[in-house]
Amino acid sequence: MTLPFLLTLIAILICCSFITGKSRALTKSQRVGGARYLNSLPFYYGLLAAFWCAIPCLLFILIWSTFDEIIIRHIVISNLPETMRNIAKGEMTLLLNVVINIAAGLREVSGEPEHIRDSVAHLLALRSNSNMAMTVIALCLCVYAIAITWVKINPELRARKKVENIFKLFLLLCSCIAILTTVGIVASVVFESIQFFQKVPVTEFLFGLHWSPQVAIRADQIGGSGAFGAVPLFVGTLLISVIAMIVAIPAGLMSAIYLSEYASRRVRGVVKPLLEILAGIPTVVYGFFAALTVAPIIRENVEWLGGSWVFELMGLSVEVSSESALAAGLVMGVMIIPFISSLSDDVINAVPQSLRDGALGLGSTHSETIRRVVIPAALPGIVGGILLAVSRAIGETMIVVMAAGLTANLTANPLESVTTVTVQIVTMLVGDQEFDSAKTLSAFALGLMLFLVTLVLNIYSLHVVKKYREQYE
Amino acid sequence: MNNVSSKSINTSTSQQTNMIDRINLNLKKRYRAERRFKFYGLISICFALLCLVVLFTDIIGKGHTAFFQTYIALEVVLDADVLDIQNIDNPKQLSEANYQGVIRHSLRAVFPDVTGRNEKRKLYALVSSGASYHLADQVRADPSLVGQTIQLSVLADDDVDTWLKSRRNNGSEAFTGRLNSQQLDWLGNLFEANRLEQKFNIIFFTNGDSREPELAGIRGAIMGSLFTIMVTFLLSFTVGISTAIYLEEYAPKNRITDFIEININNLAAVPSIIFGLLGLAIFIGVFGMQRSVPLLGGIVLSLMTLPTIIISSRAAIKSVPPSIREAALGMGASKMQVILHHVLPLAMPGMLTGTIIGLAQALGETAPLLMIGMVAFVVDVPGALTDPSTALPVQIFLWSDSPERAFVERTSAAIMVLLALLISMNSLAVWLRKRLERRW
Repeated sequence: MTLPFLLTLIAILICCSFITGKSRALTKSQRVGGARYLNSLPFYYGLLAAFWCAIPCLLFILIWSTFDEIIIRHIVISNLPETMRNIAKGEMTLLLNVVINIAAGLREVSGEPEHIRDSVAHLLALRSNSNMAMTVIALCLCVYAIAITWVKINPELRARKKVENIFKLFLLLCSCIAILTTVGIVASVVFESIQFFQKVPVTEFLFGLHWSPQVAIRADQIGGSGAFGAVPLFVGTLLISVIAMIVAIPAGLMSAIYLSEYASRRVRGVVKPLLEILAGIPTVVYGFFAALTVAPIIRENVEWLGGSWVFELMGLSVEVSSESALAAGLVMGVMIIPFISSLSDDVINAVPQSLRDGALGLGSTHSETIRRVVIPAALPGIVGGILLAVSRAIGETMIVVMAAGLTANLTANPLESVTTVTVQIVTMLVGDQEFDSAKTLSAFALGLMLFLVTLVLNIYSLHVVKKYREQYE
Repeated sequence: MNNVSSKSINTSTSQQTNMIDRINLNLKKRYRAERRFKFYGLISICFALLCLVVLFTDIIGKGHTAFFQTYIALEVVLDADVLDIQNIDNPKQLSEANYQGVIRHSLRAVFPDVTGRNEKRKLYALVSSGASYHLADQVRADPSLVGQTIQLSVLADDDVDTWLKSRRNNGSEAFTGRLNSQQLDWLGNLFEANRLEQKFNIIFFTNGDSREPELAGIRGAIMGSLFTIMVTFLLSFTVGISTAIYLEEYAPKNRITDFIEININNLAAVPSIIFGLLGLAIFIGVFGMQRSVPLLGGIVLSLMTLPTIIISSRAAIKSVPPSIREAALGMGASKMQVILHHVLPLAMPGMLTGTIIGLAQALGETAPLLMIGMVAFVVDVPGALTDPSTALPVQIFLWSDSPERAFVERTSAAIMVLLALLISMNSLAVWLRKRLERRW
């Protein structure tokens, strides 16, 4: 029986259950003197009955269909001939894929060896058995629930209270998804990272100066040593973030000050939505803009300046890479302007008006009030906002993937190509990959670093902002 | 003694006058500083807005040409012999007929002096390899066309398209790309004979991805995005609203509640790529879900947008005045009835606004989708939640890597479509907020 058909059948049974519950409540209430002697409205008896029917059955189907394929594959593997069971893990996955593809009809069965044909037959048999078992058990559960309903519904049953408890439990479970997500994130990066650190020592990863993750497939390959020193990545990330912040902090802060202190209502009404548009532009669009418009402009201009004495004096190379850190950093800065602006705007608006009035009353000008009174008062909040923005810049992916390079240079020159943590994660994990090679695992180690750094920044800045808000509330 | 005191008074008055002078002297400087400060603020805003304008003009300037596509007008003789159709009622023959051949014949008819094998190949390269599909569709719809001569607009190759567009734009130096001088001569002839025409680029909206720019479209990506967003909406709306209700209406003030809140606030600031790692390691690695499908993409994106939706839904629930709850409780409603019958309907506009903004965010997100393999080259338009597909932002990312100039304009056009979608979603949210939200 196919799943959609089964689900339709179950839906019908749930409806039956609802009707049974409701009508049972009404009939039983006749004996005690009519519907008004019911504990709850008849609707709630129906609802409770429907829940009794639906929850165990659907939960069962969910669990069964999540784990049946995994168990079936285990059984298929364990039934392979003795010689085949001891092959390497990678080959086993391949073999299993062949079996599954044949079973799905994507591949011809003819020409395959005996044990594969047996496995396919075995797999198909197990699948149909499992499907049959699931259908029967699920339907039995439904019917059993209806029988229970028939017996258990009576006027004294506090149906509304029970329905409310189920409702509350559902809400609580939904709230726990946030916790589960965090746990999932931690688990996904930590387990792979532990595997990675068994292959590469932690100290080499954290302090090594050389990053070239290409691991040789054969031992005699050239240049396939595989070095996992992540310092160039950290420096590259930092460089791009610093450039972004140099653009974003002054521009964002000053526009927030102007909007909250100087601008008229009408100007605010126009400018704020426009800034929101800037904030709502997807990062992939910024990346495209950085790679195809900003980077060529920077290269042309610097090459044009290149002959001048400034560069010779500073000893900088005039070689501009087409994927410079500068382009990515500038565009990322523009992306972050509205972020800083809106956070600082909130914070500045929270400064009590009495502070401003006091300063103005003492004869300071508007700008002096802002610089000497409002900004110092709002500073903790602003710093919190800036830290959030830094965490955003560090974790930003698409702009750097498209506009920064892939080669891990250890440099502070913004005109050279650098790579970042996020770029490396993307390049390692996009496309086909083996799950247990050091190269793939290193992406998870980088993810762990990224998660830890942004976590610390986020928690600290959220704490600062919260403290600050409480101060003036 | 007296003398000394009078002297000191004297100096103090002179100091006072000095002070006022100094203040007055400083005043100009301070006013200048004031104006300067205000000017900085203005400059910052102008800079931000200028960036917005430059970004939009750049994208639109690059992308608007992609909405038109070059066709070559040819008289095509649908010769049954060339087509290799003996019986027009046989659908197999109709679908396998040599449509490319007739198009090539008609090209040769325009340039009769092209003879060499190499030259011929160059001539055929002016027409897109997908041109024959269109003709095939036409003939299959109306088999009686076989044997007739029809006027046909044949889809041109992307090089021809780029050449014509760059020629139109500045007249002087047209971008030639891979075209050689002989091909340019032919194109010049075609252009003077008014055989090159530009039509609305319907292919861009009806096709899936393709290696040939002139055949590449965003339909597949848009459908993929649509499926993904649908899953995201269903999951994040239900879970987000439930969480918000629990935290606002039920949650006791204890450690667990605090922990949930910290988690939500922190998840809102976790980099999106980390959610991709979660999808890869947990959903694909542990649960064995299929890669590159909208179902998985939707789940990952909904985990990412949940915090946004929860935070705005909580604000919406908070804004419902307690008197409403008390009135309902006073009438004998249970807690659930209060929430479902009164609080939720009143908070719904605010919740919807937050959800739409969260979905707009999810629609533009790329990085987590790259992690779970929604970056494959998919030609077919996905038709279900479990078909391999890409999403619109991922398509933009993929195309932006392609070297052909025709892909640059298509990337920009896809960006225009994406931005139009996002801006209309955000406007809808603003409209909803203005229209439906109640002030108490």
